[in-house]
Amino acid sequence: MHNFILQLAQENNFQSTRLLKMLHAIQKRYFHISEEAIEVLAKQLDIPRTHIQNVVAFYSFFHTQSSGKYTILISDSITDLMLGKSALMSYFAQKLNVDIGCVRTDGLVSLNNTSCTGMCDQGPAGLVNGYVLTHLTKPRIDQIVDYVNREVPLALWDADLFRVDDNIVKPDLLLNQKPLHGQAIASTLMRGLSETLAEIEFSGLRGRGGAGYTTAWKWKFCREENATQRYIICNADEGEPGTFKDRVLLNSYADSVFEGMTVAAAIVGATQGFLYLRGEYVHLLDKLEAVLEARRVSNLLGCHILQKDFDFDIEICLGAGAYICGEESALIESLEGKSGIPRNRPPYPVTQGYLGKPTVVNNVETYVAAANIAVHGGAWFADKGTAKSKGTKILSISGDCKTRGIYEYAFGTSVKTILDDCGASDVLGVQVGGPSGVFISNDEFERKIAFEDLATGGSFIIFNHTRSILDVVHNFSHFFAHESCGFCTPCRVGTSLLKKQVDKIVEGHGSAGDIVALEELCQVIKNYSHCGLGQTAANPVLSTLERYPEIYQAMLKKISYEPGFDLDKSLETARRMANRDDAAAHLAQVENEV
Amino acid sequence: MTKTFVIDGKTIPYEEGQTIMQAASAAGVYIAHLCHHPQFTPHGSCKLCTVKVNGRNCSACTFPATEGQNVINVSKELNEDREKITQMLFVEGNHFCPSCEKTGNCQLQAVAYHLNMTDNHFPHFFENREVDASHPDVMIDHNRCIFCTLCVRASEQVDGKNVFAISGRGIDKRLIVNSQSGLLKDSALDVNDCAAHICPTGAILIKRTGYSVPIGQRIYDHAHIDVVALASEGEVHDH
Repeated sequence: MHNFILQLAQENNFQSTRLLKMLHAIQKRYFHISEEAIEVLAKQLDIPRTHIQNVVAFYSFFHTQSSGKYTILISDSITDLMLGKSALMSYFAQKLNVDIGCVRTDGLVSLNNTSCTGMCDQGPAGLVNGYVLTHLTKPRIDQIVDYVNREVPLALWDADLFRVDDNIVKPDLLLNQKPLHGQAIASTLMRGLSETLAEIEFSGLRGRGGAGYTTAWKWKFCREENATQRYIICNADEGEPGTFKDRVLLNSYADSVFEGMTVAAAIVGATQGFLYLRGEYVHLLDKLEAVLEARRVSNLLGCHILQKDFDFDIEICLGAGAYICGEESALIESLEGKSGIPRNRPPYPVTQGYLGKPTVVNNVETYVAAANIAVHGGAWFADKGTAKSKGTKILSISGDCKTRGIYEYAFGTSVKTILDDCGASDVLGVQVGGPSGVFISNDEFERKIAFEDLATGGSFIIFNHTRSILDVVHNFSHFFAHESCGFCTPCRVGTSLLKKQVDKIVEGHGSAGDIVALEELCQVIKNYSHCGLGQTAANPVLSTLERYPEIYQAMLKKISYEPGFDLDKSLETARRMANRDDAAAHLAQVENEV
Repeated sequence: MTKTFVIDGKTIPYEEGQTIMQAASAAGVYIAHLCHHPQFTPHGSCKLCTVKVNGRNCSACTFPATEGQNVINVSKELNEDREKITQMLFVEGNHFCPSCEKTGNCQLQAVAYHLNMTDNHFPHFFENREVDASHPDVMIDHNRCIFCTLCVRASEQVDGKNVFAISGRGIDKRLIVNSQSGLLKDSALDVNDCAAHICPTGAILIKRTGYSVPIGQRIYDHAHIDVVALASEGEVHDH
């Protein structure tokens, strides 16, 4: 192992910024990252061992204990639950003969939950050693269990288990364009950099990740910074449950993504770019590397791009299971080989980003749009959409509808139109923008997809009347508690308290004061958290509490107070030790309940 | 002409590059805080120092002072929410003030008193956290750690040792020690290190010094934390 790590460190020029890459390699080879491996690597990289220990503990996909030759993770996204995930998970555990969250006694295989894998249109889905498994059914699980038990290498498994479809249902402005092979770069260089930036400004393009910052301004600020080095980053850490449009763009429009990054690089004056790919999309890695290589060969990347005095290249970095890395400054931290903790702002990345240098971070879809605007001009794009939201938005539609998949709409399209198009009926409500977005009821379907109304990064989850709103809120609250980076008090403690408080109500232990307490807690988390994750973590509760207070009220007990602490349950250990279970060994939670 | 901004109606002078916290301390205005210490790079994690800057919540310890800003520091809403954030810290760890050696010298306790906190409000986590008493002169009681990272920053920035780090994610965060065994005794920590003395709570204590100052004669037994902080930290900010 010593030699393996030595060589690995050497290959990565002893750069601690490459830490995640090296840890992925170590884990792939040894199925975990041992204390010994950490010791050796820390010495090689000349960083404190605690730095590596922290990174390993921070990212969900790294472990210090072996999780077996086959590590199986099943997506716990609400969209997978709606497709029958729970029953399949139990079936899987039973067939594999392993408890959920554990490694089998023979050490061969482990089974656990994971956050949304971005396969909401083809779930229930999971990951085996990082590679996606789609359309899980009992027969497919039988097949997987058989492979595992016979220790068949992944490369020899039925390829259909790993099949990922694009499911583009309704293409529009962007998805109707063919992938770009230099047209945008050529147009940019011919038109002039400032002129192209003006076109992008005229197009009204705003960030497609959800926050909606004007793209041209971001590029302009970065360009105007006095610096010797600048960076272009593509945020492909598509972690918002229910979103999968970046997966499709990277699979079928990768050239346009890279083209957009290259145009940005030309305009701001950057020579190095990074694509930060979420760990769940490792299945795309080889394909993306091949696209990059082809672009180098075609002189669209590398030195003297299109024979001009313009050098730029792109490196792909793989995440390791952390939703927070979708936040741009956390993403930059992760790229620097650290745990993904959002930075204090100001300074913003455009002035001090990667390695302290001016950096542009944009979403995958934003680069695709920018590249096409560079070709077709700003008016082509601005022609669609509303006054404040120009162009189109690509939506990932999942949940209760006939045709799940990718739909592109001009901004300003109503929810009703979208629901009709995807064949949704008997709709209770729609979660727009994922858990961090908003739950809208069926009274609000005239509302429009637009920054000024329903802003969204693209997640669009439909729920029909057979679904329980509290189940949805329960799932989302657990998601945020699991994904909180833990940096600030309101989010670290608050999201865990929120999870407990929602559990208490959903499980029927809530009493009169609990709704008020729930709302108070939500306000503290929302108003005081450090970053967007915490500031939106209470949205599932707040947006449903506002619309359906009666659903929460109906769960409450008719007593004035019930403590959050389960007195009787806490005596379980004592009862077991005393070997008794008679009435006197139990305590009532509240006296008037007896 | 000196640049100024306003906190709760009072005009505060500041120098370019100062944070709201630095300028406020220098001008004799206390803003509640726990993870901030004038000697170290601001961290911005405890969120107690949240103030309203032109209507928006910002951490005073990291947010830069700018000309004409209107800052609200003391309001019913802010103080009630600061109390809730303090209560969160209390239920996250296991803080039993009456049996803690740090009582009376503890900033967490003093801030709680300052905010008129009378109970813990939220359900306790009752996490099982360990005590590391392996070091001959210093002990860590993880029950009382609030992840302010002051020991991390002190060890790195003053002692040049990197003895401490915060590891992990979310509610599972833990203070870890830089030694192969993970124990404090095998780390480079010396009892005279800044990191051994910086803890605002009773998480890092010096052995054999317990109760040398009797309860009743301790720092916050006679003065509120705002007065103490301004007297000690204001001076540091001035330099």
